[in-house]
Amino acid sequence: MSSVNTMNERPSAGPATGLVAYVRRNVALSVSLGILWLAGMVLVAALADQLRPYGITDMDLSSRLAAPGATKHWLGTDELGRDVLSRLIQSIRVSLVIAFGATIISAVFGTALGLAAAQFRGFVEHLVLALADFQAALPFLIMSLAVLAFFGSSMVLLVCLMGFYGWERYARIARGLAISAGAQGYAASVVQLGATPARVYLRHILPNVASTLIVSMTLTFPEIILMESGLSFLGLGVQPPETSLGNMVGFGREYLTRAPWIMLAPAAVIMLTTLSISLVGDWLRDRLDPTLR
Amino acid sequence: MINFVLTRLLRAAVTIAAVVTFAFVVLRMSGDPAQVLLGPDAPQDAVDAFRRAWGLDQPLWVQYLAYLKSIFTGDFGVSMRDKAPAIELVLERLPATLQLTVPALLLKLLIGIPVGVYAALHRQSFADRGVILLAVVGFTIPSFVMGLVLVLIFSVILGVLPSGGQDTWVHGILPTITMSIGGIGILARFSRSAMIEVMGQPFIRTASAKGLKWRDVVWSHALPNAAIPIVTIVGFMVGSLIAGAVVVESIFSWPGIGRLLVVSVTNRDLAVVQCILLVIAAAMVVSNLVVELLYGWLDPRLHARAGH
Repeated sequence: MSSVNTMNERPSAGPATGLVAYVRRNVALSVSLGILWLAGMVLVAALADQLRPYGITDMDLSSRLAAPGATKHWLGTDELGRDVLSRLIQSIRVSLVIAFGATIISAVFGTALGLAAAQFRGFVEHLVLALADFQAALPFLIMSLAVLAFFGSSMVLLVCLMGFYGWERYARIARGLAISAGAQGYAASVVQLGATPARVYLRHILPNVASTLIVSMTLTFPEIILMESGLSFLGLGVQPPETSLGNMVGFGREYLTRAPWIMLAPAAVIMLTTLSISLVGDWLRDRLDPTLR
Repeated sequence: MINFVLTRLLRAAVTIAAVVTFAFVVLRMSGDPAQVLLGPDAPQDAVDAFRRAWGLDQPLWVQYLAYLKSIFTGDFGVSMRDKAPAIELVLERLPATLQLTVPALLLKLLIGIPVGVYAALHRQSFADRGVILLAVVGFTIPSFVMGLVLVLIFSVILGVLPSGGQDTWVHGILPTITMSIGGIGILARFSRSAMIEVMGQPFIRTASAKGLKWRDVVWSHALPNAAIPIVTIVGFMVGSLIAGAVVVESIFSWPGIGRLLVVSVTNRDLAVVQCILLVIAAAMVVSNLVVELLYGWLDPRLHARAGH
């Protein structure tokens, strides 16, 4: 993330006095709210163990399906008397960890393949492009359904599977950017100086194309959250007793008439989070993507 | 032109081959279906008989060749549960899925594109901002949340629409709306940015400068050019119609292909899952192909670059 910060600071080198004034002048209210919400989510995920009032499997059988606002349970309880707020906090952590891990895997994997395609061309390039076509041709949800159901769902498998989400975009972008960068003077000159391909790509080309890749990461991140929620909603993602946002919505659906809060709380979190990432991502793209200037 | 079409056809064929192979690899290597279907306590001779009957005792490459042969002869295997041909089970469910997806697609096109174009022509207006915001909200809400919220409002609280089943056309209203909202948002946003980009082009200025009426500039110069990127995204939507039905059909207990897929996956019914996988991939590939050919027709400049 450090590169994001350095990129952000560049335009602020003007006559800005103080962070608050800068933010007020340059960042729309919706984007600021989005950043705040996301910061809050990350904080909740990091401090989940400290924030949770109850354990996620603790049952309070005397107050099952308690409505929100009860003295002991702010967001009510579910059918087994488990505290919705505690489960929500844990779900946020699980969903964010999966999405974060998967985004990193997907970015690294896709970028590596894209750079390999740009370096070796020929057969390797055709292979990578064919794989990317294949990935784009088969809807990801369908592919994951097949894989998950046949391998059985586990946390590790889920993260790895989600790690395949969107790799083809990074691969295509990285390949395109690396090929055009390779034609530019700076890459040619370090090659002339005798740099190894690895050095050329990692030290020279990658930093130059990083901003576009980071923007793609902000786009895939919410999509992975949605994908994982969807799978968990269908009962094929995160498995009980562990919980995730989609998982809570899926189980809450059974009690839609009697206890809609079980489903509404995680649903609201999913919506606000993906909405925030979308807003912040658009803003970042306008900032970082040089092709839009 | 011939070259352009041939390259695209070849790529489509390669993609289909990759999907076919993927289906085989994942579905055959991920576990022993005999054990799963018969349960862990099944006697060994029953397992052996089952494996012989389904050809699971053969070496993998023999199974693969037999599999390829059967796919090419239109035989997608028999459902291990229903003992009916998988393709029949899938085709039986197809009308139900189309009943939802086709109206949903029409809604997306008829609302999304005009709204996006209108927003582009009235940039920075109140309507434009509203459209952007609604579009973002529309496609960031996952369909399962949207579906359940609609059920909560219209079935539980207001009690005016049914929450599940397929008895009358009224049952189709909520699923269709759920399915179309995200797409409307995406199309509106996409058409808006495509239109804005076209309106900034020099030929639009030329058209205005030579005194054409505003309406003619929009209809005969801007819209046809903005159509090119819009066709891409519409093609993608057509291809993913069936796939998009998975979640919505599950929410509304709609007996279509999507629900069949979830049920078959839970039951590990290999033949059916494989068949649906291939049907969906074929739909995707065919619509991508059509889009690319349309592209070549809409934008003659692409022929020059077709060989890439």
